[in-house]
Amino acid sequence: MDILITRNIEKRFSNHLALDDVSIAVPQGTIYGLLGPNGAGKTTLLRIINQITGPDRGEVHCFGRPMQANDIYSIGYLPEERGLYKKMKVGEHAIYLARLKGLSRPEALKRLKFWFEKLEIQGWWNKKIEELSKGMAQKIQFVVTVIHEPKLLIFDEPFSGFDPINANIIKNEIIELKKKGATILFSTHNMGSVEEMCDYITLINKSKNILSGHIDQVRQQYGSNVFELTFKGDLRKVSESLTANYELVSHTEEMGQVKANIKVNEYSTDNRLLNLVIPVAEIIGFRQVIPSMNDIFIQVVQEYNKTHRQS
Amino acid sequence: MSKIFLVLEREFLTRVRKKSFIIMTILAPLLFAGLMVVPMIIATMDDTKERSIAVIDDSGLFKNKITETEYLKFVYLDGVTVSDIQSTFSESGYYAVLYIGSMVANTPDAVILYSDKQPSMDITSHISSAIKNEIETQKLKTYDIENLDDILKSIKTNVRVRTIKWSKDGEAKESSSELVFGLAYILSFLVYMLIFMFGSQVMRGVIEEKTSRVVEVIVSSVKPFQLMMGKILGIAAVSLLQIVIWLILTFGLVSAAGSIFLDSSKKVVAQKETVTNLMEQAGVAQTVTEAADQPSFANEMMTALSNINFVLIIGGFIFFFIGGYLLYAAMFAAVGSAVDSEADTQQLILPVTIPLILAIVVMVSGLKSPDGSLTFWFSIIPFTSPIIMITRLPYGVPTWELALSAALLVISFVAITWLAAKIYRVGILLYGKKHTWKEMWKWIKYKN
Repeated sequence: MDILITRNIEKRFSNHLALDDVSIAVPQGTIYGLLGPNGAGKTTLLRIINQITGPDRGEVHCFGRPMQANDIYSIGYLPEERGLYKKMKVGEHAIYLARLKGLSRPEALKRLKFWFEKLEIQGWWNKKIEELSKGMAQKIQFVVTVIHEPKLLIFDEPFSGFDPINANIIKNEIIELKKKGATILFSTHNMGSVEEMCDYITLINKSKNILSGHIDQVRQQYGSNVFELTFKGDLRKVSESLTANYELVSHTEEMGQVKANIKVNEYSTDNRLLNLVIPVAEIIGFRQVIPSMNDIFIQVVQEYNKTHRQS
Repeated sequence: MSKIFLVLEREFLTRVRKKSFIIMTILAPLLFAGLMVVPMIIATMDDTKERSIAVIDDSGLFKNKITETEYLKFVYLDGVTVSDIQSTFSESGYYAVLYIGSMVANTPDAVILYSDKQPSMDITSHISSAIKNEIETQKLKTYDIENLDDILKSIKTNVRVRTIKWSKDGEAKESSSELVFGLAYILSFLVYMLIFMFGSQVMRGVIEEKTSRVVEVIVSSVKPFQLMMGKILGIAAVSLLQIVIWLILTFGLVSAAGSIFLDSSKKVVAQKETVTNLMEQAGVAQTVTEAADQPSFANEMMTALSNINFVLIIGGFIFFFIGGYLLYAAMFAAVGSAVDSEADTQQLILPVTIPLILAIVVMVSGLKSPDGSLTFWFSIIPFTSPIIMITRLPYGVPTWELALSAALLVISFVAITWLAAKIYRVGILLYGKKHTWKEMWKWIKYKN
């Protein structure tokens, strides 16, 4: 079941179209990555889902029905541009934000205590916000985003501003939240985290959804025709044995072993490739190359931009 | 609604805990009270240093004729010129040298006062009136009127206009136009200042939230309108608390100082009585006792003060201040939402401040003619009514005008708040650019 669906969202600002017919569907209990270059419209989409701005057209469905004003209590949103009141004390501020999410003061206090202990930041309680570093403030913001235990969590660039250690802590917390049953939608530029965490992705470019799906399917789709062949022997012989249906994309040579990436076109298969090279080389390994999300991201965006510049 | 209250609570508590709030709350009444009490104290204190002034009288008319006071003596020098005394002036011990030219009766600027200090206004006006009186007497004498001195004494009069107001039910109340004028002036200026002060606090708060990016975090759980309203109402609560403390402290301080002051003025009255007794024995009692029959100025002020409807004025003051504040605060919030720093507000703020400044200009003429048509219209139009209605209030305002003005104020702040919220909602999420009123007008028309 999809916990969150946006249908044909369109949003126009005075001089440009920020979102053009964007539809996504976030299945319950998954981690959903929203990718895209800067200015593609990710933040606008997240703001619309959080009812901060409204769409010009299209609709948002949440928890199986059209979105309602009260749904905001069941959503935790960490915005991209996040700040805190500099003059307030950490504890006081966290309680304020938790109460705005609908928690009572004692309940907020209890849950904050739990989270502060978990992240080992109890010592910050009486500090002023202005004394915290950016990463420290981000931790506080993360805590208050999840404090009301929402069913749907939305993070806009959750890892920006964190050092690798803290980014890892936050990543593990997000995965743990998913295990506890929450659904997570987040936008990021960090492709490594997408591969590690995401079940589904959507790629938004130039206000449009240009790629959506389960991460494994997406990677299969973009990697099905390149194979990595590892062998002992002469690279020249191997390349001479290839017919017009194959293309040597790249190769590396290390300690007498050659790794060659070979692209197979639609008229051939990986088995036929193997038949061709077995007579000329001693095969050590053969596997399909599944491109990293980073490669797919760059490839898809560049291709899209190329085709749409002409039109 | 409960979210507006949460925002309100935070705004109120963080502001009230600030040192600047506590200092302002305590210092301002001291300042107000000082402004009221110090002139009273100065008025009771006379200049007590004895000064002597050398007189060089070329006209020969004034020898021993210039009236002396307890602290001002005149020494008449013969056969000395101004230049003679100038060289030795610093050792002579004189406060000043008064030169009276020979043609003084016909040329008004023939009298010159030389000194190495700037002589006080008291001294110059004392001298000029003394010389003027003397010349007038001299001139009168040339008409050869019999018993001139007696006639002059008997025609000396002193006139002060008392004002008594008839209310509709035929009651006559002692009033004081000076007092009403002062009250109207101070209160309407105060409304102007407070609207400006607390309005720009709203604006600064919005800019602070925007530049620190808290606003994004807050609007994920609160509607922008709730955030704006919470802030405006929170600051309104701060301002009310401050005004109430100011009122109580100022009244307390003034009445404490006033009781000390009144004690000393009673002594003066007692002194006068003994003088009267002495004069009665001397047989010149008549005129003086007549004078004593008139109510003393201080007493008159007290009755006029007690006849002012303070409940109406303070109630009206608080209502029109809050109404005006709410009207302007929403506009200040809209302006704050459209900029990234306070430095950028100057152009945008102009349309907001012009009506306020206009109101202050109209107030000055309103003080002269509180029932004039200009004053009337500006006291009805919502953007200036908070100030101008307060100007008129101490003079008395018909109930229907008060009700009309109040109703229009309420309607317009609801409308303005609604419009400002539309601008605010868009503005707070747009960074990095200074926006114009034209763009803000477009934001008003955005659907969501």
